[in-house]
Amino acid sequence: MEITLNINGSVKKLSVEPRTLLVHAIRDAGLTGTHIGCDSSSCGVCTVVLDGKTAVKSCTMFAVQAEGHTITTIEGMAQGGKLHPLQQAFYDHHGLQCGYCTPGMILSAHVLLEHNPNPSEEEIRFGLSGNLCRCTGYQNIVRAVQQAAQMLQQPVGSAADD
Amino acid sequence: MSVESSNLEPKGVQGLGKAIKRKEDPRFIVGKGNYLDDINLPGMLYMALVHSPYAHAKILSIDTSQALKIPGVKAVITSKELAGAGLAWIPTLAGDKQMVLADGKVLFQHQEVAAVYAETRQAAADGAAQVQVEYEPLPVVVDPFQATAENAPVLREDIQGKMSGAHGPRRHNNHIWNWGVGSKDETEKALVHSEVRIKQHMVYPRSHPAPLEPCGCIGDMNKATGRLTVYMTTQAPHAIRTVLSLVTSIPENNIRVISPDIGGGFGNKVPVYPGYVCAIVGSIVLGAPVKWVETRTENLTTTGFARDYHMDIEIGATKDGKVTAMKVYTLADHGAFDAAADPSKYPAGLFSICTGAYDFQKAYAEVDAVYTNKAPGGIAYRCSFRVTEASYLIERSMDVLAHQLKMDPAELRLKNFIQPSQFPYPSALGWTYDSGDYEKTLKVALDKIGYAELRREQAEKRARGELMGIGISTFTEIVGAGPSKDFDILGIKMFDGAEIRVHPSGSAIVRAGTRHQGQGHETTWAQIVSEELGLDVDKIIVEEGDTDTAPYGLGTYASRSTPTAGGAMVLGARRIREKAKKIAAHLLEVGEADLEWTDKKFMVKGVPSRSVTMNEVAFAAYTNLPPGLEPGLETTYYYDPPNLTFPHGAYICVVDIDRGTGQVSVRRFVAIDDCGTIINPMIVEGQIHGGLTEGFAIAFMQEIAFDEQGNHLASNFTDYLLPTSLETPRWETGHTVTPSPHHPIGAKGVGESPTVGSPAAFVNAVVDALAHLGVRHIDMPITREKVWKVLRQAGVDSF
Repeated sequence: MEITLNINGSVKKLSVEPRTLLVHAIRDAGLTGTHIGCDSSSCGVCTVVLDGKTAVKSCTMFAVQAEGHTITTIEGMAQGGKLHPLQQAFYDHHGLQCGYCTPGMILSAHVLLEHNPNPSEEEIRFGLSGNLCRCTGYQNIVRAVQQAAQMLQQPVGSAADD
Repeated sequence: MSVESSNLEPKGVQGLGKAIKRKEDPRFIVGKGNYLDDINLPGMLYMALVHSPYAHAKILSIDTSQALKIPGVKAVITSKELAGAGLAWIPTLAGDKQMVLADGKVLFQHQEVAAVYAETRQAAADGAAQVQVEYEPLPVVVDPFQATAENAPVLREDIQGKMSGAHGPRRHNNHIWNWGVGSKDETEKALVHSEVRIKQHMVYPRSHPAPLEPCGCIGDMNKATGRLTVYMTTQAPHAIRTVLSLVTSIPENNIRVISPDIGGGFGNKVPVYPGYVCAIVGSIVLGAPVKWVETRTENLTTTGFARDYHMDIEIGATKDGKVTAMKVYTLADHGAFDAAADPSKYPAGLFSICTGAYDFQKAYAEVDAVYTNKAPGGIAYRCSFRVTEASYLIERSMDVLAHQLKMDPAELRLKNFIQPSQFPYPSALGWTYDSGDYEKTLKVALDKIGYAELRREQAEKRARGELMGIGISTFTEIVGAGPSKDFDILGIKMFDGAEIRVHPSGSAIVRAGTRHQGQGHETTWAQIVSEELGLDVDKIIVEEGDTDTAPYGLGTYASRSTPTAGGAMVLGARRIREKAKKIAAHLLEVGEADLEWTDKKFMVKGVPSRSVTMNEVAFAAYTNLPPGLEPGLETTYYYDPPNLTFPHGAYICVVDIDRGTGQVSVRRFVAIDDCGTIINPMIVEGQIHGGLTEGFAIAFMQEIAFDEQGNHLASNFTDYLLPTSLETPRWETGHTVTPSPHHPIGAKGVGESPTVGSPAAFVNAVVDALAHLGVRHIDMPITREKVWKVLRQAGVDSF
């Protein structure tokens, strides 16, 4: 089947089988930052953002179901050569080790902060509980999300110098 | 330690002790890591495996004809085809052999039976579903205690009647080896004469490392050049190259193993798995690259499990709590093939560290290994070869002894610690501990958590019927395998290598035989070289994982990278500095003896204004050399450590238990680690956070369990539980520093300490909360259901 997906603002025409999972379609389109870890929607490393507001485990969707939706993957997070505050915060706070869960974790955190710009630690932990990490014990991930929340709440331009 | 300085940019000279941000992170945070499944080669085929539904069965027939009719399927192979290439069976690291694809029978559920190659991953999966296999089920051995019963079915018919194996005599067809260390007679005598004795049976259940990235391999045989390139999720690329050469007879120079970014390993990615072999064979036969990436179910059901030690311990002590002797007997369930990943001389790994941090004068440890109808393994899951089992055993047992003596568990430990003055300490089971200060580390932990106050609180709560427990673990580790006199894998000595090349402009490339999987080597190796040579850390690139370019080494596992390759890095850099000194003397027109290395530059003694930096020396190494000196500034150093290193720690856990539901809540967890000299405190803290979380998982939720038919009961992440951010406790970390006296910078290694040390702290806390009810031990994983049953049996009301 021929489908058209809008991924990170770029329109991609893809040829897929009806059973092709969205995660495979995204990866076959060359965007390998979206990973596969469990095949059962448990681990969250395949998380992408649908229509800018919903975190979706892309192994739970067929590629054909994504037609007409916009998809954001980790490759679409940095804008204008500048890291997204979440990416910067994960880097600053050692929020990653092997890096395999990181794209999904950042995208889940992104959706969490879209819905709740100033979450408590408990809310962050609940918001990320669909994303497994085997390396960090989550503590530095939580700190990173807290920092990103602060950065995102600052008026544009005020973070130019610290 | 609280790492407030973790915002340090990795720029300039940044040596030991600096919490600089990781150099590897920029690619990962933008989704540009390069993991195995991200690699796609032109014309690449995909492979899928057929698995057995039975745990033990004879294979009557395999029909591949329907599979071959699926559009896109190129070939199907079974053991018969592999036999033609001499690869039906491969040697294991433990001196046994294992089937690649089932040869006449299957020995565990999900065992690999056939491999299907196709143009797409979908066609490969469709093909695998169409392979028809006829089985005749056989009686199953699940319980290791039944494995050597007189009437037990023979599992390994290939070695039936062969009553001697790689590690000595076998006393039953399902027996693999018996191993013992220490003096049995003297230990038994000391136990008989001890005033107090405890005995305890405990199980360290089977678990699986389950890194988030599954295992995978791309075989790429180039028939034009005769070169085989293998991309593999491996923690030990050089060892894999050598093993591949030995089993395929392809000359080692024609094999290149590339281990790309690895999404977590934890020991899972050390062995050679049948899927790897089939992908490589497929590429050789079909003349195209073949990719195999396992599913999560394949990962959990067929690749290296860990632990599965069934332990009986006896400890003797005086009435006032001085330990006298310990005797341990362990039954080890190795599954269908002995594929344990241990140094060759040590079939039970370093289990003989089981005397721990205590001054036992007499000890004896014995292990019997048996075959069962379960997947092979026995890998070191974030562990230095069975150290986790040993540490759990002794730390849990010290609490049992404290309970028996009615002593505080902290007091009992303080009374029995090996003292700083006793190092180097010869243990009763034959190790020489390099250094440690167990008392100091425990006292820091007791102080940080407010131990005395917690005990008062516990007494008050107990009086009110509330359940609160405090658990201590003061483990010592044994890592950094290892010195070549004792440590080898299949004969290859366990040294490791580092190569440092300083470029004319003062930048450098550094390579090592290790292969990180998240441990941060790209940063810490650069920090070591920055410290030793005074080069900017941002101008040092670290590369690992390509056997064509990296120096030989046995890889990253068992917390061995810093003790081995880290040592090579330091001494290699110092060798470069020796040569650099000659060049510096030439530049400053003085004798070498007139120079000193101060503030990371060469200075004329007593004349601070006359100095040259390593950058200037590097340029001169290619442009302005003293007569007769070999140009360039680079070296390869192989470091054979003189001893193992012995990191240690003191962990204290506080739990509250709901008497109605049995729910255990970890209220606090303090971890004071001593890994010797710290290279990057931010990375060390991150390792401890992660390891504690894995220890928490093992203590409370993870288990690879089987039913009586050998059906695997934990084949996905809904049955094999990993902790999420929600239930993971908040870790409080800290450190003491007792450098290793023999490591070039005093570093000891840290990655596995928290996984080794923490399970006993969790279990001790739970048992401590229930001790007044007569509870002495509960086996892991401590689920709510188990605690609920214990409470009901103890007659505790639900409300």
